[in-house]
Amino acid sequence: MAYSDKVLDHYENPRNVGSLDKNDPNVGTGMVGAPACGDVMKLQIRVNDAGMIEDAKFKTYGCGSAIASSSLVTEWLKGKTLDQAQEIKNSAIAEELALPPVKIHCSVLAEDAIKSAIADLKSKQAK
Amino acid sequence: MSDRKPIYLDYSATTPVDPRVAQKMIPFLTEDFGNPASRSHPFGWTAEQAVETAREEVAKLVNADPREIVWTSGATESNNLAIKGAAHFYAGGKGKHIITVSTEHKAVLDTVRELEREGYEATYLQPEPDGLVDIEKFKAAIRPDTVLASVMLVNNEIGVVQDITALGNVCRANNIIFHVDAAQATGKVVIDLEKLPVDLMSFSAHKTYGPKGIGALYVRRKPRIRIEAQMHGGGHERGMRSGTLATHQIVGMGEAFRIAREEMAAENERIRMLRDRLLNGLLHIEETYVNGDLDHRVPHNLNISFNFVEGESLIMAIKDIAVSSGSACTSASLEPSYVLRALGRSDELAHSSIRFSIGRFTTEADVDYTIDLLKNKIGKLRELSPLWEMFQDGIDLSKVEWAEH
Repeated sequence: MAYSDKVLDHYENPRNVGSLDKNDPNVGTGMVGAPACGDVMKLQIRVNDAGMIEDAKFKTYGCGSAIASSSLVTEWLKGKTLDQAQEIKNSAIAEELALPPVKIHCSVLAEDAIKSAIADLKSKQAK
Repeated sequence: MSDRKPIYLDYSATTPVDPRVAQKMIPFLTEDFGNPASRSHPFGWTAEQAVETAREEVAKLVNADPREIVWTSGATESNNLAIKGAAHFYAGGKGKHIITVSTEHKAVLDTVRELEREGYEATYLQPEPDGLVDIEKFKAAIRPDTVLASVMLVNNEIGVVQDITALGNVCRANNIIFHVDAAQATGKVVIDLEKLPVDLMSFSAHKTYGPKGIGALYVRRKPRIRIEAQMHGGGHERGMRSGTLATHQIVGMGEAFRIAREEMAAENERIRMLRDRLLNGLLHIEETYVNGDLDHRVPHNLNISFNFVEGESLIMAIKDIAVSSGSACTSASLEPSYVLRALGRSDELAHSSIRFSIGRFTTEADVDYTIDLLKNKIGKLRELSPLWEMFQDGIDLSKVEWAEH
């Protein structure tokens, strides 16, 4: 399969790989996908007291496009408010990485991961 | 993208034509181009002589009579001709039930499926987790109307060698025609058709350093096995397979099989050492699983699953070596290898499997490079893998509730 240069770049040099402390009240963790489906994404965000995302980390089990999609969103998330982060659409991810149609689900998964991480953070902070 | 070609470790997919074979083939394209069926001039006689010499070489490798060898276009055609040909010829007397194994090559499985559409019934035996067929389960599958059984000698994905003698003896005792797909076996295991209780056996040239597009079917003479032709025409090959013989291809197959006969003992020892070197190197990586039995196995095959890495990203990571993946995941749907699934491997392990197949031109340096590449890339992908992290934390992944999508 021919990957775009951007996918290859993120695959070869993934940004923000790692984990944040999931017990930190300012950290939201999203885990989406399933091993049997071939992709699992873990996305974590940490917000500051002003509600801005100051760090984002990911780990992804999946194809090159799934790794690239999650690597890309960690870059996009930093510096955004939760409301702005909520606005990130899979179509923008797919467009930026020039994903072929069979790989659109990777961008959908990345969007789901963002929403899942935000929901986790909000549920923690509501407590 | 580098311009350097990857290291070829996919000899079970196909082999290069041995230069000695290519040399032998060339004159039959340009000078000795006659039709072997031309009886009225020396062009035909020369070609016919070359075809018959090649037939003897193929027969010798498997200890058969040259008159038992029928040329075909390859193992797929041989499998079609054997299974359809025998099923059609004998169905009237015996019945319409066929036994095969779920890990056979698609050329056998799809042929049996086609016969099912024609009204035959089929039993697809599941192998044991080591890939081998249980003889008792094979016996239990036999019915009074079982006309044919087809079991491969060497599996193309995991390289396991079935006990053809035991299975064939059961077939003999029950008056069942026994076909064996030996495409992956020639030059790898000793085949003695004088002793083996096998009625029909399929061969391919291009898995054994011959050219693509040529194969053969062994059809036993004593006791005589009959098959219905699938290709009709000029009555070539004693009416079993019409079509002008491809002299140069046949000459290539003959030479390739001659070389195999003379060199296989030494070559297999060298290749086994390389394979074991590769195996020992890769087993140093944690959470790796060998697929298929290691003792009943051809020397050149290694099939390993790497847990907690995804198949497609693994293939991307190791593009400097040419291997086969147990996952057809570059297509729209994820389809793990049906062979590995039949062994009971999970989808994840089936997806992250790699078939390494070593051959005549593989060097120790190739193997060492491969070991280093895999260690490095598997490590990198696991650093990225949330599943690896969870495994390290002692989480049982089978008990996690995944957000399926």
